[in-house]
Amino acid sequence: MRANATIDRRQFLSATGVLTGLLTAGSPLVLLAPSRAWALDLATLNSSEGAALLAVARTIAPHDRLDDAPYALVVHALDDNAAKDATTLALLRQGVSALGADFASAAETGRVAALQAVESTLFFKSVRATTLMTLYASPLVYAYFGYQGEAFSKGGYLLRGFNDLRWLPEAPLTDSGPVFSQDSH
Amino acid sequence: MASISHDDGNAVVIIGSGAGGGTLAHELTRRGIKVVLLEAGARQSLASFSQVPGEAFAQLTWLEPRTQSGTTTVVEDYPTLPSWTAKTVGGTTVHWTGMALRAGAWEVRARSIYGAVDGASLIDWPLDYQELLRYYHMAEKRMVVARRNGNPGLPASNHFKVFHYGAKRLGYRQVHTGYMAINSRPADDRGMCIQQGFCVQGCKTGAKWSTLYTEIPRAEATGNLELRAECRALRIEHGADSRVTEVVYRDPSGNEQRQKARVVCVACNAVETARLLLQSTSARFPNGLANGSDQVGRHFCHHTGCFVWGVFERPIEFWRGATLAGVVLDESRHDPKRGFAGGYHLEMAALDLPSIAIAGFPQTLWGRELGFAMEHYRSMAGIFVNGEDLPRSTNRITLNREVKDQFGLPVANIHVDDHPNNAAMRRHGQQQAKALFEAAGAVKVLTSRQTPATHNMCAARMSRDPNDGVVNAHGQAHEVANLFVSDGSAMSTPTSANPTLTIVALALRQADYIERQMSTRAI
Repeated sequence: MRANATIDRRQFLSATGVLTGLLTAGSPLVLLAPSRAWALDLATLNSSEGAALLAVARTIAPHDRLDDAPYALVVHALDDNAAKDATTLALLRQGVSALGADFASAAETGRVAALQAVESTLFFKSVRATTLMTLYASPLVYAYFGYQGEAFSKGGYLLRGFNDLRWLPEAPLTDSGPVFSQDSH
Repeated sequence: MASISHDDGNAVVIIGSGAGGGTLAHELTRRGIKVVLLEAGARQSLASFSQVPGEAFAQLTWLEPRTQSGTTTVVEDYPTLPSWTAKTVGGTTVHWTGMALRAGAWEVRARSIYGAVDGASLIDWPLDYQELLRYYHMAEKRMVVARRNGNPGLPASNHFKVFHYGAKRLGYRQVHTGYMAINSRPADDRGMCIQQGFCVQGCKTGAKWSTLYTEIPRAEATGNLELRAECRALRIEHGADSRVTEVVYRDPSGNEQRQKARVVCVACNAVETARLLLQSTSARFPNGLANGSDQVGRHFCHHTGCFVWGVFERPIEFWRGATLAGVVLDESRHDPKRGFAGGYHLEMAALDLPSIAIAGFPQTLWGRELGFAMEHYRSMAGIFVNGEDLPRSTNRITLNREVKDQFGLPVANIHVDDHPNNAAMRRHGQQQAKALFEAAGAVKVLTSRQTPATHNMCAARMSRDPNDGVVNAHGQAHEVANLFVSDGSAMSTPTSANPTLTIVALALRQADYIERQMSTRAI
């Protein structure tokens, strides 16, 4: 995904698509992204297929306060898979087309009903898997959930809150153990 | 590190460098026995372990194709990952979570104590519990297990506070931060746990015991070990007297090599151990090496494993801290009043992003319910229900000749039909875990189905009667005196304990036996 909205001439000439968006002001993602505007070139899918798949990903894993940008990463991954394998491309094309032209613009209840109807298909299962694998592996989403990521370089959590929970009583020492510090040996 | 000639017929060849193979290699080499240790995976180090979840998984996991069949829900839920095993020097001891539990005395007499259970092929272990206990003590010292031998327990994490509070309110008596093979303070020339989370990514301080940085380098220091990493065993060959003579393998460049052997020990994690024996056919063993009684691959067990998640209103941040450092021992007992034979452990468990979404929830979960759960990632607590599944002779590893690996060899097929006893135990465990979380104030509880197992066991089991299993009480093949099974495949039944400590204890016992047998020239 590029971090700016420049759309080159190739996109207008080719049949493939592009997804663009703007990070919401105040979104935690703004801190991570070089620019609020983003654009995603698609290698095989066209823009309306891309938009439909973005709506599928959002319906499978809905997070109202999460921008479109991390969902676009899912579309990017699907597009990548489609570029590598004609069967996947056909699967996605047929799947999207079966959802109907209005899917992306439909209200959530409509989108949920449309996906429930195809829940047992390979199309749905494969988009669901890619959605979870891509969306929840994105540092953008780590930030959204407050997950702190890699910790070794920061000395783990031993001195950074692994036991800072105060809304329940402390567990007795007999059932746990003392907190040693690194230099106590 | 030694350099051992391919023609050295005096060498012991061990295939697989995990809990069993790595420990055995150290025990034999320190007694002056030359060992060639073949490992399919590459050698990582504390520095090279990735802490990017997907990357770490790919770095350590066996990702070659396997197929599966049967009524277990894993077939439907994880079509491409029937089992979660490691392919790296150190094997599953690199990705394990450090839970070093002992099997119970009643569990090694499962057939006598549980009785005849329909559709199950239970046997008693062919060895005495007191003797096993002696080796458990040795293994615990070696691995520096917390709460044993005066080692302090691991401190309570946020996650453990929730787990402990709920468990105590539910009335459980034995709840603590676990018998963990994780240093609560520096010991054994290794660092201490810095509570960095997600032990399955490989422990970057070496606080968690792994053969990668304990047994294997110590074996190398004896001058009697040659570790050959990225070498894939293809088959084991034998001579006219039915004794094994050499191991055929591919070196890292893909060239076929042969290593002569006085003794061969197979420790490739149950699925690949069975596959390697089944692949090693000859006129004497047309159905696979040591498979005259058609027992290789049968009775495969993998524990009744599933996750239960409690969603709370206030933050827990369960990624902070040793992943599994919390256990309830009370349910590990045989009490038929609960409606099933055998028992289970409730183990505190956390999963990373994205694994929790992929493997932690039912595969049918999506939409608002999934969104709700994931929005609460910060305030979620988890339990893994680790229970004793029942062996069935029809639950077995076979060769799938329709699907070939990169060497053109048939891949393993894992067939598991879930026993009703497993289903009843899983239900009970899930209900208890749910009650535990609700007692601690959970606003919602989510439950997974059976997950792909790392605990693969019993597929070449120890038995008194050669018709019931593949190896004797020392892991020595009933039919081939100088062939040993040195991993969880040799366990007679799975017990409710995570298998690593038992595998290490059995490897220590096997090393004593192999040394005696070699010194008397019996092998």
